[in-house]
Amino acid sequence: MIDLRDLYQEVILDHSRNPRNAGRLTEPSGTAKGHNPLCGDLITLDVLVEDGVIRDVSFDARGCAISVATASIMSDMLKGKTLEEAHDLFRRFQKMLTGPDAEAEGLDKLEVLAGVREFPMRVKCATLPFHTLRAALDNEPGTVQTE
Amino acid sequence: MNAPAGQNPEILAARDDFPLLARPMNGRPLAFLDSAASAQKPRAVLDGLRDFYESEYANVHRGVYLLSAQATDRYEAARETVRRFLNAGRPEEIVFTRGATEAINLVAETLGRSGRLEPDDEIVLTVLEHHSNIVPWQLMRDATGVRIRAAAADQDGNVDVEAVFREVTDRTKLIAFSHVSNTTGTVLPAREICHRARERGILTLVDGCQAVPHAAVDVADLACDFYTFSGHKLYGPSGIGALYGRLDLLTSLPPWQGGGSMIEEVTFERTTYAPPPARYEAGTPNIAGAVGLAAAIDYVQRFGSENIQRHESVVLKYGVDRLQAVDGVRLIGTPRHRAGSISFVMDDVHPHDVGTVLDREGVAVRVGHHCAQPAMRHFDVPATIRASLGIYTHASDFDALVEGLGKVKGLFQL
Repeated sequence: MIDLRDLYQEVILDHSRNPRNAGRLTEPSGTAKGHNPLCGDLITLDVLVEDGVIRDVSFDARGCAISVATASIMSDMLKGKTLEEAHDLFRRFQKMLTGPDAEAEGLDKLEVLAGVREFPMRVKCATLPFHTLRAALDNEPGTVQTE
Repeated sequence: MNAPAGQNPEILAARDDFPLLARPMNGRPLAFLDSAASAQKPRAVLDGLRDFYESEYANVHRGVYLLSAQATDRYEAARETVRRFLNAGRPEEIVFTRGATEAINLVAETLGRSGRLEPDDEIVLTVLEHHSNIVPWQLMRDATGVRIRAAAADQDGNVDVEAVFREVTDRTKLIAFSHVSNTTGTVLPAREICHRARERGILTLVDGCQAVPHAAVDVADLACDFYTFSGHKLYGPSGIGALYGRLDLLTSLPPWQGGGSMIEEVTFERTTYAPPPARYEAGTPNIAGAVGLAAAIDYVQRFGSENIQRHESVVLKYGVDRLQAVDGVRLIGTPRHRAGSISFVMDDVHPHDVGTVLDREGVAVRVGHHCAQPAMRHFDVPATIRASLGIYTHASDFDALVEGLGKVKGLFQL
């Protein structure tokens, strides 16, 4: 059985307490809201995309340590990435959490969330920021739900 | 910690009647504190179900063979057991449903189609309601044009009679409220609300899901028009519940679902309907579920509802006291009268994270909005941790909870 300290690692606790890129952008090119009705996690995420490249990301999150830490680490990693690279990151992240083996290739700092795969009830907490990101990149109206 | 005084030795021993509670959880003894979501089942119910299926099962009503007649007797005896349990006047006033949710939908839908409501009529709910006592009324509102008003709770989670009647106007046709809140454990002044409503000709529906496991309920004394509860929260099987409805109402409301059993005569031109309760029980009912529910009621009545209430209030107070003594724990709702549930939050740790850590300690609690999002907004929290008790809950379960909260603090360096 995986130790809880592998889930709640120091880095995760730090990001959940002091989320990077917290707040809102003044002139985002896309905004989306994400909601996990199961636990009440709520995230509003702004992106600024120019010429197919993510220039800035900011978010406002009210949620558990897993979802806030994911949003924080994710937002740090996204700046300067192309849309293609951002979508690829989401695919890899999902694969790490739900794929047959915990493959973390190319996930860089997000690898710290690999322990979440041992807690199936919590996978949605980790993927919520990414689902919200995808909606923000498409600038979809409405709220993204994880279930 | 020392066991609190005033516990009932017979009820303390009830835990041994529940086989599941002996199952270790993540290598620890199971501290099951989620009975408000669904209660565990005693052997009396499990054996009752098996015996019924093994020796008396057949479809009910209209069978000419002995087995069907016996199954019908058992099904109707279960109705009589529920009638006695709620002190309803007549067995025809008890309709078996899938649970309280279905019962409330039944009342909302048939009332909506009854022609008794006009656009601009009003119904009053409370801010503490479970979604099952909100959404069916919204569906009915969309069909009829009635308005929905919600009575406020105070900061401690009390809903006073005055708060309810502040929302009542000349257009109010119905007040629907939970007898006990599934979030804060608040016991609402059901008797006062129903009596005052009746004086003004306003119908009442009481959602008794969180009340019947913890206290005696008497629908005649309450003077409510509808009362409902789910069997699975009362140690019975899932998929069965009951609706009490005043006979003259059940007789005058239109049928709900159509099908077998609810008719008198069917032609392609016209169908006449059976009187209640059959009118509201279309199709083959949950026969074994009703038998299992009766076994559950017999089980709790062996202890006596008053004894259960007295015993549980001691255990519940112990839980409240222990939680209140934990640094960084804040109770959500400190009502004057409480039954069944305690909601709380922890500083700087989200309930979902708390739940995951507690699970590892063998402590099963519910975290989230408890299907009561308006109540969450009232207390300005996204979610809470809820510990709820049953007849088998011991003070030591709360010890395990508090110990688990210590682990949470350690892990989150608080």
